[in-house]
Amino acid sequence: MTAQTQVNALEVNALEVRGLVKHYPGVKALDGVDLVVRQHEVLGLAGENGAGKSTLLKALVGLVRPDAGEIWVRGEKVRLRSVVEAADHGIGMVFQEQSLVPNLTAAENIVLGSEGPGVRRGIYRWDTMRKLAQAQLDKIGSHIDPLARTDTLTFAERQMVEIAKVLRIEERTSHPPVIILDEPTSVLESKEIETLFTQVRRLREFASVVFVSHRLDEVLDVCDRVSVLRGGQSVGEVPTAGAAPAELHRMMIGSTGSDDHYHGNLAERSDEPARPRLVVRGLSGATFRDVDLDVHAGEIVGIVGVHGSGREDVCRALFGAEPTLAGEVTLDGDKLDLSGTRAACAAGIGYVPAERKIEGMVGPMSVADNMTLTKQKSRCSGPLVVPQKQATLVDKWIERLSIRTPHRGTAIQRLSGGNQQKVVLARWLVAGDIRLLLLDHPTRGLDIGARSEVYSLMRELANSGVAAVLLADSLEEAIGMSDRIIVMSDGRATREVACPAGGKPTPLDLVKEMV
Amino acid sequence: MTSPADADTEVVVAPRPRPRRGVSLGDAGPPIALVVIFAVFSLLSDDFRTLGNVQNIMDAAAVLAVVTCGISFVLMMGSIDLSAPGVMGASAIAVSLLVANNRNDNAYGLLGVLVALLLGSALGCLSGLALVSLKVPSFMTTLGVSAVGLGLATLMFAGVQPNIRDDMLDSWAVQRFLGLAYLTWIAVACVLVGWLIQRYSRLGRYAFAIGGAEEVLALSGVKVAPYKVAVFTLAGTFYGLAGVMVTSQLSAGLVQAGKGYDFAAITAAVVGGTLLTGGRGGILHSAVGVLLVTVLTNGLVQVGVSPYWQGGVQGLIVVAAVAAAVLPQRRRNQVTK
Repeated sequence: MTAQTQVNALEVNALEVRGLVKHYPGVKALDGVDLVVRQHEVLGLAGENGAGKSTLLKALVGLVRPDAGEIWVRGEKVRLRSVVEAADHGIGMVFQEQSLVPNLTAAENIVLGSEGPGVRRGIYRWDTMRKLAQAQLDKIGSHIDPLARTDTLTFAERQMVEIAKVLRIEERTSHPPVIILDEPTSVLESKEIETLFTQVRRLREFASVVFVSHRLDEVLDVCDRVSVLRGGQSVGEVPTAGAAPAELHRMMIGSTGSDDHYHGNLAERSDEPARPRLVVRGLSGATFRDVDLDVHAGEIVGIVGVHGSGREDVCRALFGAEPTLAGEVTLDGDKLDLSGTRAACAAGIGYVPAERKIEGMVGPMSVADNMTLTKQKSRCSGPLVVPQKQATLVDKWIERLSIRTPHRGTAIQRLSGGNQQKVVLARWLVAGDIRLLLLDHPTRGLDIGARSEVYSLMRELANSGVAAVLLADSLEEAIGMSDRIIVMSDGRATREVACPAGGKPTPLDLVKEMV
Repeated sequence: MTSPADADTEVVVAPRPRPRRGVSLGDAGPPIALVVIFAVFSLLSDDFRTLGNVQNIMDAAAVLAVVTCGISFVLMMGSIDLSAPGVMGASAIAVSLLVANNRNDNAYGLLGVLVALLLGSALGCLSGLALVSLKVPSFMTTLGVSAVGLGLATLMFAGVQPNIRDDMLDSWAVQRFLGLAYLTWIAVACVLVGWLIQRYSRLGRYAFAIGGAEEVLALSGVKVAPYKVAVFTLAGTFYGLAGVMVTSQLSAGLVQAGKGYDFAAITAAVVGGTLLTGGRGGILHSAVGVLLVTVLTNGLVQVGVSPYWQGGVQGLIVVAAVAAAVLPQRRRNQVTK
């Protein structure tokens, strides 16, 4: 009888998700996701950017409320409305962007919000607190000083503190907890990753683990099973024993049906000029090393790489927005001053930032003012703004890029994302001196229609002789839009893949180089 | 050129900063500055380095120290508090009408002081409540509460200045223990209590954490609103006490008792190493800041800098001190508001 119940207790799933749906305006982040986490297993969760991984995880810890679908914990249907409720059900998450208070001690962070005997009548008992934290750290065999200030710890140590903190949920429930690790390896060194894996295997002894990573070799290494998401849907589960990365790639990427509008017709483009417009040699910064890069006029060069590959920082460094340590960059033979963004603007470099709403535009300001923000001279005569000059110029570009706005005086934040992005692009075009465009996720958050408009605009600009560096949102986008693709991995440009019209590589070819 | 392998070993063997428990080098700046400034004035002026002048400096710093104790907790959270003048004015008039005085027959003594402190707490609580329930930024709520305090003070003042005749309150400013006025010892006690709160109470630690990463507290299931209200209440209590102290010094209740103490206290806290963005600094930092500012004022007088110059010189030194404090944290394209 008792043996029977024990068997049942083991068979019931630690966590089960059925048909989870979550809509955001314009996007279906989760479109009926199913997921099963068994007891004492490490489940890998794989999927490309935008596959819905982070939304799913947030739903599991009560940060996102699903529109439909059910979450079952140990055979019991639950509603999770906050992190605390999730913790009460034994679900805890180590967040990707670390969630520790930097100016507190490790011990305080570990017990934060549930200090128990560590605080009596509002008074800290540091010794008890230290012991509580030490007990948590001992669980994972970590030797961190509990009274060290968190911001003096290394990234890997802080991660151990996070895991120790999450394990506190064991005290809220008598059942084995479910621990979610969101991209835990993205910023770790290889040695630290080994330590982390040891921890994850140790966790399996008394908990279930959901492990999320871009790096498929890691997923295969540490997980028992892998569940794959694509476009907000579950596309399959595979046991890792005997599974090949290629199989997972195929599931993540799907049938590789790149849309037609990605593919530009490059056939008519004239031969490349002998000398590249942009020449980068040995560029090094905090997160990238010895990057070489050539971009010819009229060419779009895509840079691909997983999270943490350093490609975003390279892009920003070329615009002078990120400090560099070494390296030389020339534009049409002239040495480029990378000390600030002003020099880059003056040299004819344009940057379309990934965070459009934060870095790309001034929300409450008009379309016209946003468009002439950088190239002030285009609307001025001497020190004064000439409204007539600005109006003529802006109207011209509104028409040329078919920006749908009621009026040039409309606040840019009232436009749709695609039209906002066109205004941001127009900002670099109004003066007619653009030589190189740095496109940092130019289609992020845009719907398909707007995307394809931005694509044709990019293609048109390239055909008119502008050089472009593209950090695409997806591999399909990079492949479709680029003439050449540079693969970055761990801060280095590791491979260059030719990507001509008619001879495009498959996403799979690229993923192999990325991981 | 280094090969990838070289670079990797380099990362592993590179000495990384040992986890520290104590004071960081950045925190040592203000105390060093205090010692240096003190030494410079001592060299420049014979009058400055006398024991009597040191007593003067300590006594002159007392009220500012108490105000700064209160404001430090608010600044630690990353909020700001401009309510000190109003709260101090209200408490000054209240206490002078409650102890023996020339306006009425009250003579509640210590009880009157207590009521003045509670009035300060209530006004501070009001700031906090407006902040968390109406979501009005602390800059505006505290400015409003300061006006409310001044209004209350003006009402109670009713055109006739209350002069106090309370022996106890009078003696605080005059009587000395170990060479320092009782008021100065009160200030020392406040610093000590403030430090204990900051170090050993959940309120103090959470105020620190709110300034460090408020969203993390919410993720950990901590409701921050009550702590914010409590911090403003605590600050108000300190201002209330400061109002009583000014009344003791002047032997009279003035509506303007707290004039200028808001910005003087913020200046002292920031010079001491507390960041206006929150999460760094503390009571001891602020105490050092108060001494720095007071030594500066006193020293400039002692070395004969014209009073017309003093304000400007002080301002320059304050800006320079803050610039030095934030220097290590500057990054490219930083937005400063």
